[in-house]
Amino acid sequence: MLFKISVKNIRKSFKDYAVYFFTLILGVAVFYVFNAIDSQTVMLDVRKNVYDIIKLMNEMLSGVSVFVSCVLGFLIIYASRFLIKRRNKEFGIYLTLGMSKRKISAILFFETLLIGIVSLVVGLLLGTVLSQFMSILVANLFDADMTKFKFTFSSKACVKTLLYFTIMYLLVMVFNVVNISRCKLIDLLNAGKKTEKVKMKNPVICTIVFVIGVGILSYAYWMVTAGFSNMDMADKIIIPIAMGCVATFLIFWSLSGLLIKIFTSIKSVYYKGVNSFVLRQFCSKINTTVFSTTIICLMLFITISVLSAALSMKNSMSSDFKKMCPVDIQFTKISYEALKEAYATADKDSDDYEKTTKILEDSKLSISDTLKNNGFDVDEYLKNMTEYSVYQTGLEEMDTLGILADEICEKYPMVSFLSSVNFMKLSDYNKIATLYGNETYSLGDNEYLIVANFKTVADIRNMALKAGTKIDINGKTYSPKYQECKDGFIELASQHINDGIFIVPDDALTDSQLYKCGMTADYKADSKEEKYDIENKLDDISKNIFNQTSYLSYNSKIDLAEASVGLGALVTFIALYLGIIFLISSAAILALKELSDSADNRERYGMIRKIGVDEKMINMALFKQIGIFFAFPLLLAIIHSVFGIKFINLILQTMGMSSMLASVGITFVFLVVIYGGYFIITYLCSKSIIRP
Amino acid sequence: METILRIDNIEKYYGNKSSLTKAIDNISFEVEKGEFVSIMGASGSGKTTLLNCISTLDKVTSGRIFVGGYDITGLKGNKLNKFRREELGFIFQDFNLLDTLTAYENIALALSIQNVKAGEIDRRVKKVANELGIYEVLNKYPYQMSGGQKQRVASARAIITNPKLILADEPTGALDSKSSRMLLESFNYLNAELEATILMVTHDAFTASYADRVIFIKDGKIFNEINKGDNTRKEFFDKIIDVVTLLGGDLNNAL
Repeated sequence: MLFKISVKNIRKSFKDYAVYFFTLILGVAVFYVFNAIDSQTVMLDVRKNVYDIIKLMNEMLSGVSVFVSCVLGFLIIYASRFLIKRRNKEFGIYLTLGMSKRKISAILFFETLLIGIVSLVVGLLLGTVLSQFMSILVANLFDADMTKFKFTFSSKACVKTLLYFTIMYLLVMVFNVVNISRCKLIDLLNAGKKTEKVKMKNPVICTIVFVIGVGILSYAYWMVTAGFSNMDMADKIIIPIAMGCVATFLIFWSLSGLLIKIFTSIKSVYYKGVNSFVLRQFCSKINTTVFSTTIICLMLFITISVLSAALSMKNSMSSDFKKMCPVDIQFTKISYEALKEAYATADKDSDDYEKTTKILEDSKLSISDTLKNNGFDVDEYLKNMTEYSVYQTGLEEMDTLGILADEICEKYPMVSFLSSVNFMKLSDYNKIATLYGNETYSLGDNEYLIVANFKTVADIRNMALKAGTKIDINGKTYSPKYQECKDGFIELASQHINDGIFIVPDDALTDSQLYKCGMTADYKADSKEEKYDIENKLDDISKNIFNQTSYLSYNSKIDLAEASVGLGALVTFIALYLGIIFLISSAAILALKELSDSADNRERYGMIRKIGVDEKMINMALFKQIGIFFAFPLLLAIIHSVFGIKFINLILQTMGMSSMLASVGITFVFLVVIYGGYFIITYLCSKSIIRP
Repeated sequence: METILRIDNIEKYYGNKSSLTKAIDNISFEVEKGEFVSIMGASGSGKTTLLNCISTLDKVTSGRIFVGGYDITGLKGNKLNKFRREELGFIFQDFNLLDTLTAYENIALALSIQNVKAGEIDRRVKKVANELGIYEVLNKYPYQMSGGQKQRVASARAIITNPKLILADEPTGALDSKSSRMLLESFNYLNAELEATILMVTHDAFTASYADRVIFIKDGKIFNEINKGDNTRKEFFDKIIDVVTLLGGDLNNAL
């Protein structure tokens, strides 16, 4: 009997439940998709390195899942509270008929159970389908072989989804029981009749609060953009964020009073059609939901910023990758000259002594010889081998700043200027630059220049170069040829991280100052498979000898590409996961708020219908009312995001990132589809509710 | 005199063939311009159905209703809304004021949906508020007003568009006796000074006694009709009570 009532209730109020239901299904599906990534990709033919990245990604995603389940849990409890509130009268009738609270709880229990089961089943089905697309996306990202791909179902992710959501539903049930047991019959019966008290705030106070809110917000905006240079410590970002949150709350708190104040003074707009009605409807709604609107606004802000940043990170990582890695592989090894001093003092009796001598012996050899000694035939696998040398003279970064040293140290406390400066001979650098397709240079007898592409550090160096700072090498003084750092690099990298190499005339450096030997080469291979074979061989060798018999290390194009794509994918997936969940949650809360008031709305719209307002005008009024309610948090979130994205851009630029126009575009597509979708569903549901 | 409302043999049936309920069974009457007519009847006599049919909230099964010489039974959609907006004024038992708007805005809404200019709206709202003695409450919200004030605000909203006909459905139903009297005196003022035509449905003899004419309805048919004529309100009230007793008696006999 109770079960029957539950089923009937759900069927009857399906319209009210639709948004809730839809949200649950989406939540389950998204949860499954992001937790099934590793099972999905087992099928893919990827290199071990890539699989490690995917595994790491999965671990991080499952960490994020805990947070996501908290958000979803909160959303579900919040939503079910709304739905219960709507049905107070129904429960009141049950109670007057003599039904016990225990039985009402049982009805609610069955309802939650039913909704839970159906949403889980449908959500998992949807998730399974979507996760196939996810595999294709992952395969694409990592350039994996798709021939072995087949339809997969991740039982692990499925069990995890079931477990997490069961816990959430159980919490909802407990919550419902507590809620019901605390109800008073008279309140339940009168729930529909209560006349809403329209608490109007004092317009003068509202205006003042609004101005204060805008003031705080502007200052916070200023801090993260124009005042960016003061943001030298990571924890200082907390201050503008906290200010932003408070200001958002103040703005929403004062918004209704301010809007009323403004619009009632523009009489020709206010008293036109049903404008006064729409505005008052919106204001009474926003007045009662200041806190949740603030939360929603902030969630939207995070979504927009994080998605834009993450997507652009991926973009800029892949865009100039080819330029940054012009050769297949680059080996480096610390020189004998650099090591011998350190090892001269080593303890002869220690366990490491044997290892130490081995490494020291090895450092006398050339890179090719080391490779040959370890069973890697250089001539068989490598071509275009080019050697170069890096020197250190004991000169520290501090010394290259000249008279500006103190000033710069004070201004950039987070940068250390105590490390040794790296030098290269001009001829050596030009050799590599020609190979890389970079610009070559010439120097006078007592001139030097700096190549760097890490923007922040280059900027610091430029100050010293502009001041014409001279440096001393081996008793001879050199002055800068150019007033700024020249673009260029030696080491392969996926980002612009060359913080500066000093190029000096060939005779400035002595052999005893040799610090590091380097060698670049291309693989003797035509196909991707052959390249992977060579790469794997080197990988094995490197693992065996590094830190054991040699300090030989290498950077390869394939390795960097995988790491770069991996990092990009990691960031993108986490951002997508959080972004989608945040978007769904905030849109769902707005939708449910709007729909839960539909009973009141129905009455009000019925009244204006009775006094003869056209159906078209009524629909327009409803559209405007819901539209404004959805638009305001989004609007403020977008304004926040403009500055947030600017700030992120500033941070990323120091890491050498490009602009993020395209990614902002993609973010807005997400926003329009999910947020807009919820808006339309809410409008259509409300329209059918207020229909006579 | 000009006939504002002419009801011509209207019928309203509910249900299907097996169980037919005749809510209105062949009713005809006319209301002249400037008249204050009251319709009386017990619960279930069909008086609210009649009012709903006149106000176009409900449709008649057969017969015709003319307002200002214009047949309204054939109106549909937006024409219906336009008619309701421009020709009729409503006063309901439960006020039907929008709780989110102030009294001023509630009254103004009736004009703003007719695209009247803001300046004109302001002038007319203040005028009617003065006449109905609610000038002081114009900036209050419904929850801050007494029942009587709310109903006078609703009356102001009904009269402000200068409708051909004001329909009042149990306007004193939710009011105490003092507020009722004040409201009814306002009706008399509207009727006498502004020449408003009022059709009021009530089951209360005291309320009905403020009208010029009372039409009694029983089981969907017109049972009786009495005119105030030159009687004082007290005398008219006694006459109404007589008919009500007869009505009630008849009902008792039927049982």
